[in-house]
Amino acid sequence: MIGIRKTAPGHIAAWTLLLLGGIVMVMPFVFMLAASFKYNNEIYELSLLPHEPTLDNYRRLFERSGFLRWFGNSLLIGTLTTASVLFFDSLVGYTLAKFRFRGRYLVFVAILSTLMIPTEMLVLPWYSMARTFGWLDTYWGVAFPGLMTGFGTFLMKQFFEGVPDDLLDAGRLDGLNEFQVWWQVAMPLVAPALSALAIFTFLGNWTAFLWPLIVITDRNLYTLPVGLASFSGEFQTEWEMVMTGASVATIPTILVFLLLQRYIIRGIAMAGLKA
Amino acid sequence: MIGRSQDLTIAQKRAIWAWAFLSMPVVFYVTIRFYPAAQAFGASFTNWNIVGRMEFIGLANYSRLLQDPAFWKVIGNTFAYLGLGVPISMLASFVIAYFLDRVRFGHGLLRALYFIPHLTTAVAMAWVWRWFYQPAPVGAFNVWLVGLGFPQVAFLRSTTHALPAVLAPAIWAGIGFQIVIFLAGLKAIPRTYYEAATIDGAGAWRVLFEITLPLLRPTIVFLVVTSSIAYLRIFDYVYAMTNGQGGPLDSTKPLVLKIFETAFAHFEMGYAATQTVVLFAILLVISRMQIRLLRSR
Repeated sequence: MIGIRKTAPGHIAAWTLLLLGGIVMVMPFVFMLAASFKYNNEIYELSLLPHEPTLDNYRRLFERSGFLRWFGNSLLIGTLTTASVLFFDSLVGYTLAKFRFRGRYLVFVAILSTLMIPTEMLVLPWYSMARTFGWLDTYWGVAFPGLMTGFGTFLMKQFFEGVPDDLLDAGRLDGLNEFQVWWQVAMPLVAPALSALAIFTFLGNWTAFLWPLIVITDRNLYTLPVGLASFSGEFQTEWEMVMTGASVATIPTILVFLLLQRYIIRGIAMAGLKA
Repeated sequence: MIGRSQDLTIAQKRAIWAWAFLSMPVVFYVTIRFYPAAQAFGASFTNWNIVGRMEFIGLANYSRLLQDPAFWKVIGNTFAYLGLGVPISMLASFVIAYFLDRVRFGHGLLRALYFIPHLTTAVAMAWVWRWFYQPAPVGAFNVWLVGLGFPQVAFLRSTTHALPAVLAPAIWAGIGFQIVIFLAGLKAIPRTYYEAATIDGAGAWRVLFEITLPLLRPTIVFLVVTSSIAYLRIFDYVYAMTNGQGGPLDSTKPLVLKIFETAFAHFEMGYAATQTVVLFAILLVISRMQIRLLRSR
């Protein structure tokens, strides 16, 4: 705004550099997608447009590997975990924000302190727990450590604190019980925060690697990242197949981003600042 | 029954609801977070190996760790990831955010270009970068180097180049997040500060060092801490780009990969637990230190 005339040439230079940098940032995707539509004999030409675009790699990928199954596994685990996180994190966040009772502060500090514990420290006991209860190689085994999160609880608490008590009391006067006040009155008011939390949680689960790698050894139950990592033996030199697999894992998240860009960016900025 | 529930005050009824809401979460946090954390800590003093009997062996794991050259190797690598990753990513993301903040035309599109890598699956992108790093005629980087008349670089096959080659995609994927946080921080600085500085005749550099950077301190603290933690815990890219080996010759192996190997390839759970305790301690010390350093200046 200030002195726009004075800085105009600098502006154009900066803009051009930013655009070039941005194009460099997305080049890996462009190469990946281009390769996924190429036949093997064309893969050594680093052209971005295939001469003869083909969907053959996608067909072969789904036929020859468990990719479709892995995709489904990731989708299922991501959806269930996200549903659980949304429900419990907002329930706990709401309780800590809106109820006054003895032990409230202790519970809050305890949950907050779980953010300090690195996952790497917990995976060994989780593994032995999963082994004891027969959860190895099950969906439940992948999902159970992530059913609630300290981060989400903290985030939701911040947002519920902004919900006016009068609205909740109005709900109580209408004869709603405390659960209904939360579910029917408070929850709709924090919808933007819920959608941000849903996106983070789903993406976090979609890309999660360490724990699924540990808990799953059955190829049929692999999540997408674990399946992709196992490609090293199978498709080592067939780079067009590897790029097709990488595309299938990546395209959904990019589509979600393009559709929900505003919420995601705002959500991250919001979460970053609140934290 | 009815009589008794009417005797309860509103506050008491509320407290009962609160604990009812918290009942399952409390069980969850105790059994899936606190108990395992305590268990890992306790296991670091044992010879736990999943199958056999677990015996208390005092500090034996810790003294073994101190004498284990492989441990010092991974500590060195882990701090190399941290020491290169944090400054490079912070500087790059700040410069980009600083200019992006001034751009109105196409702001959303530009931001999206920089942010998209952050949303991807590390394992998928690791494959793309591995492909780029292949020798010519397969890998794009070497094809370009040869085209420009340079010799080929061994990248992932070299003990000296492999670590930066693994770090590059991690930085590439991470800066989108840092840019978005920087942009939010920059937007929070009141315009009047800049206007006042301009009226005082302050140049762009003085404004940057005397207004922008000091006011961004909370943002910088947050990002330095979160990115340090991320680089100290690096795993996905290393595993996926080196077939789970951390090679060549352990030159890319970070602490978390050694923990993974010790626990799930050698099944020395007690020894692995000791390493997780060390990781925990490092994370704690680094984040405390940085918060203190950056706050009290």
